[in-house]
Amino acid sequence: MKSLEIRLPGLELKNPIMPASGCFGFGREFSQFYDLSELGAIMIKATTPVPRFGNPTPRVAETSAGMLNAIGLQNPGLDKVIGEELPWLDSYDVPIIANIAGSQIDDYTEVARKISNAPNVKALELNISCPNVKEGGIAFGTDADVAKSVTRAVKEVSQVPVYVKLSPNVTNIVEIARAVEDGGADGLTMINTLLGMRLDLKTGKPILANGSGGLSGPAIKPVAIRMIHEVSQHVSIPIIGMGGITTVEDVIEFFYAGASAVAVGTANFVDPFICPKIIEELPAMLEKLGYDHISECTGRSWGKHEQIAYHRA
Amino acid sequence: MIKQEEMKVINQKEIAQSIYELTLEGELVSEMSQPGQFVHIKTGNGFEPLLRRPISISSINPGKKQFTMIYRAEGKGTELLSQKEIEKSVDVLGPMGNGFPLNEAAAGSDTVLLVGGGIGVPPLYELSKRLKEKGITATHVLGFQAKEHVFYEDEFTKLGETYIVTADGSYGSQGFVTDVIRDLPKDFTVIYACGPTPMLRALEIEYGHKKLFLSLEERMGCGIGACFACVCHTADDPTGSSYKKVCSDGPVFRSGEVVI
Ligand SMILES: Cc1cc2nc3c(=O)[nH]c(=O)nc-3n(C[C@H](O)[C@H](O)[C@H](O)COP(=O)(O)OP(=O)(O)OC[C@H]3O[C@@H](n4cnc5c(N)ncnc54)[C@H](O)[C@@H]3O)c2cc1C
Ligand SMILES: Cc1cc2nc3c(=O)[nH]c(=O)nc-3n(C[C@H](O)[C@H](O)[C@H](O)COP(=O)(O)O)c2cc1C
Ligand code: FES
Repeated sequence: MKSLEIRLPGLELKNPIMPASGCFGFGREFSQFYDLSELGAIMIKATTPVPRFGNPTPRVAETSAGMLNAIGLQNPGLDKVIGEELPWLDSYDVPIIANIAGSQIDDYTEVARKISNAPNVKALELNISCPNVKEGGIAFGTDADVAKSVTRAVKEVSQVPVYVKLSPNVTNIVEIARAVEDGGADGLTMINTLLGMRLDLKTGKPILANGSGGLSGPAIKPVAIRMIHEVSQHVSIPIIGMGGITTVEDVIEFFYAGASAVAVGTANFVDPFICPKIIEELPAMLEKLGYDHISECTGRSWGKHEQIAYHRA
Repeated sequence: MIKQEEMKVINQKEIAQSIYELTLEGELVSEMSQPGQFVHIKTGNGFEPLLRRPISISSINPGKKQFTMIYRAEGKGTELLSQKEIEKSVDVLGPMGNGFPLNEAAAGSDTVLLVGGGIGVPPLYELSKRLKEKGITATHVLGFQAKEHVFYEDEFTKLGETYIVTADGSYGSQGFVTDVIRDLPKDFTVIYACGPTPMLRALEIEYGHKKLFLSLEERMGCGIGACFACVCHTADDPTGSSYKKVCSDGPVFRSGEVVI
């Protein structure tokens, strides 16, 4: 399937489809359904220096064509991820993108330094956009200067290319994107979840114990498309796109918007076979649309008139 | 092994107010091993509703490759499920989780009690049948809101002594399941329970020193252990980072294993 091979900083992808962080654990659960080596890459659950339990339950609430989550970055901690999860994943022929999080810059650099030494970790995904933790997370991703300095700090210690995961919960996402590019980011991943809330009909109180949570799923796809379309025309680093992908048509749309690869999140919960299904259907879709290679789709939505409009705005 | 299958609707009927009994047929049934496991159901096509719904397996008929579940139609998903007609198909992922451990009760030496509350009653039916096959006749205490919600009284009665209790007293005795259990003359050595969390908590307080197994309920994302939506603390580390996932480590836990 040559038409699907993609090269990005640190990553040689058999195909441009990968599960999104937090929606695939560390792969174990999905390995009972299919061979993980079929995937382009795997974005593992956010890893923090020490184990985290996360937020109280309920942690999820369904919405129209989407869901809210407030997991709160639960993970087994750096040592266990390096000692158990990554070696287990190493039995598969698939590059790992390690999602890293923390509540202060030192947390990010500690995780980055150690985890980037693991042989199968080919890139880092800097999570400065989690809406569900009190400190850190999104606080790093909503201020351009802070986003730039955390990117720079992680770049200094990482052995592998660094992708920065952008939050859509900002007024000017281009400004943040440019700042992290300046900070040395090798690529961007976007979008993380949108901050949202649902209230219980009987009690009038939030359904999520955390109050608010991150919105994901098909409902956010148009937001992701618009943001990727805009950001991709203002940076020169590649974008791994995500946000509501459930079909092969969605994948093409993300490429048109300006993505060079894509990740599938929430859809894995509904259909555990979604990633291999999309991978299988992609070549026929490319042929149908008249492309020899998936990369020809990247940025087809770009146009001079839009660029002018942005510069005026 | 968990499988995904479009299963065929064999029968669907309303057996009490808003309570439906649905029988499905397919290969997936051969994977069902323990009572107390559940399936994860896509109730509609497309994105409304988006997520699957967890529903317990109520009885299994491996010979016919059929299984039955009983559920209350209340929200969007279960309402849609109740509209599935015979011969139509339902997208099922399962079986999920670890059910009730049968080998914890021994014929001859153990007296066994099954306690169910509302839509927690269904998985106890397969459990009681399996216990019967082992030579154990269980006693059942089943709690419901009101008379019109009571279901499967005859089915349980055929398997063993059955006591019904309703919150409003409109059928059986009035009160909580724990009131009835206190008045029973027998001393039980093994208790299996499924129902609302307050009921499970009350049972744990009173009978936690016995062999007590509780089936928990939690809102789920994936249902397979990948998303950390359904996590609870372990009892030996109630504020730390140790955890169990209700979907894949449970839904059945031994009393004292997790914080409920
Ligand atoms: C392991 C397990 C076994 C279950 N077995 C049964 C059963 O045998 N019979 C039965 O009637 N019900 C059972 N339930 C409860 C059942 O899952 C909910 O009633 C159902 O999900 C409600 O969906 P809805 O579309 O009607 O409601 P909605 O309000 O539209 O649901 C919205 C969201 O909340 C979730 N949700 C709502 N109520 C519950 C609940 N009580 N528990 C977990 N998630 C909930 C839904 O799954 C969905 O994601 C079980 C739950 C669990 C966790
Ligand atoms: C349950 C859940 C957990 C998530 N956990 C993380 C996480 O740990 N780190 C992260 O960067 N993003 C996390 N995300 C965000 C996803 O990776 C993705 O950016 C987002 O859900 C949009 O994609 P989707 O609509 O396909 O799900 C999580 C999303 C969900 C639904
Ligand atoms: S529902 Fe996803 S881990 Fe249990």
